[in-house]
Amino acid sequence: MNNRSIMIVGVGGQGTLLTSRILGDVAVNRGLDVKVSEVHGMSQRGGSVVTYVKMGEKIYSPIVEKNEADILLCFEQLEALRWIDYAKKDGAVIVNTQMIDPMPVITGSAKYPENIIEKIKENYPNTISVPALEMAKACGSVKAVNVVMIGVMARRTGIDREIWLNAIKKIIKPQFVDMNIKAFNMGYEFEEVK
Amino acid sequence: MKKLLLGNEAIARGVYEAGAKVASAYPGTPSTEITEYIAKYDDIYSEWAPNEKVALEVAIGASVAGARACCAMKHVGLNVAADPLFTASYTGVNGGLVIFVADDPGMHSSQNEQDTRIIAMGAKVPVLEPSDSSECKKFTKKAFEISEKFDTPVIVRLTTRVAHSQCLVELEDREEVELKPYVKDISKYVMMPGMAKKRHPIVVERMKNLAEYAENSDLNRIEWGDTKIGVITSGISYQYAREAFGDVSYLKLGMVHPLPEKLIKEFAGRVEKLYVIEELEPFIENYCHKMGIKVIGKELLPVIGEYNASLIKEKVFGIKEEKPNNIEENVPLRPPVLCPGCPHRGTYYVLKKLKLTVSGDIGCYTLGAVAPLNSVDTTVCMGASIGMSHGIEKARGKDAARKTVAVIGDSTFIHSGITGLINIVYNKGTSTVIILDNSITGMTGHQDNPTTGYTIKGEPTKQVDLKKLCEAIGIERVRICDPFDLEEFEKVVKEEVSVDEPSVIIAQRPCALLKSVKHSDPLSIDMNKCKMCRMCMRLGCPAIVDRGDHLEINTALCVGCDLCSKVCRFDAIEKAGVSNE
Repeated sequence: MNNRSIMIVGVGGQGTLLTSRILGDVAVNRGLDVKVSEVHGMSQRGGSVVTYVKMGEKIYSPIVEKNEADILLCFEQLEALRWIDYAKKDGAVIVNTQMIDPMPVITGSAKYPENIIEKIKENYPNTISVPALEMAKACGSVKAVNVVMIGVMARRTGIDREIWLNAIKKIIKPQFVDMNIKAFNMGYEFEEVK
Repeated sequence: MKKLLLGNEAIARGVYEAGAKVASAYPGTPSTEITEYIAKYDDIYSEWAPNEKVALEVAIGASVAGARACCAMKHVGLNVAADPLFTASYTGVNGGLVIFVADDPGMHSSQNEQDTRIIAMGAKVPVLEPSDSSECKKFTKKAFEISEKFDTPVIVRLTTRVAHSQCLVELEDREEVELKPYVKDISKYVMMPGMAKKRHPIVVERMKNLAEYAENSDLNRIEWGDTKIGVITSGISYQYAREAFGDVSYLKLGMVHPLPEKLIKEFAGRVEKLYVIEELEPFIENYCHKMGIKVIGKELLPVIGEYNASLIKEKVFGIKEEKPNNIEENVPLRPPVLCPGCPHRGTYYVLKKLKLTVSGDIGCYTLGAVAPLNSVDTTVCMGASIGMSHGIEKARGKDAARKTVAVIGDSTFIHSGITGLINIVYNKGTSTVIILDNSITGMTGHQDNPTTGYTIKGEPTKQVDLKKLCEAIGIERVRICDPFDLEEFEKVVKEEVSVDEPSVIIAQRPCALLKSVKHSDPLSIDMNKCKMCRMCMRLGCPAIVDRGDHLEINTALCVGCDLCSKVCRFDAIEKAGVSNE
């Protein structure tokens, strides 16, 4: 099966756009049709951001809809919960354990839901939670969270590791490549302690 | 070579390959990247203009002078540029003239969701509408050809999903297009009544010729499938329709104005049931109705927001996807917020404290309308803050003026705020206008503007001196103040709203996201000193978190701007590592 729908969800500023660029490059290298849809502007100012990546023989709509995502890559817990309906029941749900309070929670008008990852796991057996922030820190920069997450995802796509590494080398600025390869590898090797 | 390009990037590539020489624009989501990518090509002169009207006028001038020229804007930008557009339609072109307009169905980043096709119909100019990045490039080149062949400006209409989706595009070489000779011709280029009366019939005739062209152009195509259902569609809606309807017959329109009457009739005659799938207004649908063709469209599908395949399936076939899981949870919204360290936070903290009515404008600082800052009262369009504050004064008198301020960004002020300010001076208003000068066009992602001192290419240039500009038009009270100096800023605002004359406060502090802004170490809250008064929470800083029994600062987000420590009355906020914790 070459058709694959991936959604990347997170909070504006977490580096989801770079993630989609790397994913797009990987898909192009496999000779597939690709569409990547992202939203810029107002919604990026610390708001909820979602990026769709679709690859396959022929792609029409650039957006992924409910129940369609083979992979839901979540950079933040609350965003995982917001978009969980978009994952296929047997899809891979990869959740960074990081929590970022949205303004309604900060101002006290809403509560940050509890035990999000447990609730998702009950419904999506193929869920994996990743302490990506801690892992990125261990690699030398909190900014590498996105590449750690790419590493975790990469192993679950069946796409050759080298293709991913080449995409990272191509897209990330030379001075940050070593650190990001470390982050990718750490993500790639990651096993969740059950 | 095939490359993955953003729709906007593909447009820029098309402009390059078409041999265009001049591009001018004002940034506006979702159109901004078109001009940013054009600026990467040294073969094309590119610039940021102060507003869309000027940008289009520059492009018209370049076209008259014989070059292929273009400009780009968002849908509401076309309102600003409507004046030159409607008459450039009469003058026609010399070198090809193409206007890229990006609509924003669903209002990801806009104040309304108007449909550019309606304006184009009024202006009598043709509209092409690509469905993906590949068509963005192809249609751009086609648009220049059509412009020159039919002597007309051409609009290429995008929507957010086309502008901001990446698809594969085959790159080609640039075609070098020579400047056409400029020949003085006042009957064509001077639109006064005597000339314009002669041009209008030419425009009407041109639209007929374009409609004829549309019948046979490869911009419009029929994809035959099952003829039980036929779908007329264009732009991104075509992609959604393909997924929702599957193997039926499609009339995919690449040219959406004027429409091909015979082609539509032929298609309609060969399918049993006919749908029109188009986001926003029933433009194609109304045309079909006018021709007496029965189509199903807006009776099922909304005129509001974006479409997707599921929505079409649900509305057309009644197929509704079941909720795929058992997770029942109220998920708090995550609206966009002012960034940590944002200079506007200081401004709004003071304005709210003084309980002022705030006439707002378009930019990041529109976010000052929502909790907890709750400061902005109105936002309509670029520049409206100043005109509206004057209107408030003229309706309710000088007492109201003493309780009102207008807030407007530096770029927005240059775009269309300055005329409103001249009006205040001229008509004896006493408004207080605060120019939020953060040294950049922020919301659209950091573009330079006439106040920053740099061009689109990053080259140093003359810089508009806002203080001198305001003084030159007759404002005698211009104050410059740092909005993070809360005490001083409050004092200045109090003084300026109370005086019986117009005044301008330039709230000067650069955007916290600028690379030139150096961040300090994050702060932390000393819970031994914190009395939980939550004064700091009133700033609406995303880095300060209320944990119920205590407050804490998210060190991953905090940029050490110090504003919260200034509002803390118990000295509980200090540099991280200094506290006892």
